[in-house]
Amino acid sequence: MIKRILAAVVGLAVVGGLGFLWYAWYPALPKVALPKSGQFSAAQIERGRIVAAQGYCGECHTRQDLGGGPTLAGDYAMQSPFGTIYSPNITPDPETGIGGWSEEALARAMKLGVSRSGAHLLPAFVYDHFTKMTDSDISDLYAWLMTQPAVHMTHRENTFPLSITPRIVLAGWKMLFFRPGDFKPDPNHDAQWNRGAYLAEGASHCGSCHTPRNLLGAEKSGSRYDGAVVDGWIAPPLNEHNPTPVVWTEDELFAYLRYGVAPLHGPAGGPMSPVPHQFLSQIPESDVRAIAHYFADIDHSAQRVSGDKAALELAMQQSKRDLLGPTTDADATLYQGACAACHYNAAPSPVLGRPELALNSALWLDEPNDLFMVMLRGLTAPEGQSGVAMPSFYNALSDHDMARIAAYLRRTRTTRPPWTDLEKKAAEARKLVEIPPVNSSH
Amino acid sequence: MIKFKLNGSDVSVDGPEDTPLLWAIRDDLGLTGTKFGCGVGQCGACTVHVGGRATRSCITPISAIAGAEITTIEGLDPAGAHPVQEAWRDLQVPQCGYCQSGQIMQAASLLKDYPSPTDEDIDAVMGGSLCRCMTYIRIRKAIKQAAIAMRSAKTGETSNG
Repeated sequence: MIKRILAAVVGLAVVGGLGFLWYAWYPALPKVALPKSGQFSAAQIERGRIVAAQGYCGECHTRQDLGGGPTLAGDYAMQSPFGTIYSPNITPDPETGIGGWSEEALARAMKLGVSRSGAHLLPAFVYDHFTKMTDSDISDLYAWLMTQPAVHMTHRENTFPLSITPRIVLAGWKMLFFRPGDFKPDPNHDAQWNRGAYLAEGASHCGSCHTPRNLLGAEKSGSRYDGAVVDGWIAPPLNEHNPTPVVWTEDELFAYLRYGVAPLHGPAGGPMSPVPHQFLSQIPESDVRAIAHYFADIDHSAQRVSGDKAALELAMQQSKRDLLGPTTDADATLYQGACAACHYNAAPSPVLGRPELALNSALWLDEPNDLFMVMLRGLTAPEGQSGVAMPSFYNALSDHDMARIAAYLRRTRTTRPPWTDLEKKAAEARKLVEIPPVNSSH
Repeated sequence: MIKFKLNGSDVSVDGPEDTPLLWAIRDDLGLTGTKFGCGVGQCGACTVHVGGRATRSCITPISAIAGAEITTIEGLDPAGAHPVQEAWRDLQVPQCGYCQSGQIMQAASLLKDYPSPTDEDIDAVMGGSLCRCMTYIRIRKAIKQAAIAMRSAKTGETSNG
């Protein structure tokens, strides 16, 4: 009897194992000659440029540290809980890039997360989103990629411990978490909503940063768009859990995504900055409008917008508190000296270029990450609102000062519970800013 | 090398990216109207305009202003006759004068946002610009006078704003 059970178990394991191998195994696709530039029409290359901008390819495939690197040549350092992953070169260099890839190979990578060699790709390459892209978009993308300047450059070695184990582990990950398949339009919504959903869920992969991940690094399906920490910043919730007092309407979302600044919310900072400035400003306006339309539905702004008038009035009242006459609150004095000259606003509405902190998600999120990161790093002229800059308070404010300003703003500008351990969190944020942005001036 | 526009002219600065903009303006580009005060963005003496907005140059690295348009006290008005500057002279605002270029740059920026500033607006926006000679009463008066001049200029000819 026991033998029979054992035999059955072993038999099942063998069948399961063989099935898994069948699931996991992909052949290498033949290396092809680099397509001739005349092979693609100008119109197709232009469509591909737009697809690449919709997906921000250049962001994660261009080195940012060590003074930057050639566009699309890879070596972007992506921090993950498992180690640092360096992105590959996707210029058409035949040796170090994807010059030997056929369109079929690119399509397989995008749709199934499998390299030309047959190896499974790390999910840092977000094929869980790219799988939703249409064949024609991928075909256009191929035309654009193959007509970009080839750069001969290899990337640094990943510090990812799994790289020493066979990539079959990744096949297991994919079996658990990856559901390949095209985007399915929702017949209950109109064409604009579905266009927005196609882009947001597919090429633009918004959930990659705005949906929290589980212990194995997969997006948690039950917490879609609940917000997550990325490179020390909090990518805020994009659903009804977004805490800002004035809701993200379609117009606010559009302004933010297109121009990098929303009048009633503030500028795009941190890892979000390049999204509007380098990419979404380069695609058809109707696409950006569609993404905004989609998220205005996801965050239920229509149901919540009725409170906006009162919230704005309250924020305008709070903006001027503690600033006239002798203040009794020493924390307010710190705020007044360092921040108010630029952040004070008078009714009825914030001046563009004076981000109203009472309206900004940085004050309303569960943790002060974004507030501390922007205080420490500042914002450069190309980030946030174009052409204006916020200084770096890295040397100007101690962890203690930052903690006091954060506590003061949280206390006076929001209805949320106080943040805890602020000085410790300020120190942690400071550690994440590896290179002080500005030399000490004194 | 970082390139930007200074008072309307293209300039470039060679140096570490973390160099404070104030050093570049004073030491590399030779415009010394902008002053070093506290060095930690708490006094306003180093205030210049970046993209038209008052910005503390002592804690702004040159890497942050690549491609931006910087205006210093020397470039606020070609003849030194911005309405704020005229009001400053008219009312003899400065005492020692050290903080005044920063005060004027902050005030000019304030008037763009709030053409008819209340005492509250002035206190809030100018509160980060310290004056050790305590000329605050005269500063507030001059800002209001400049506001009136700018508003009447606007109804007549083109403004200097």
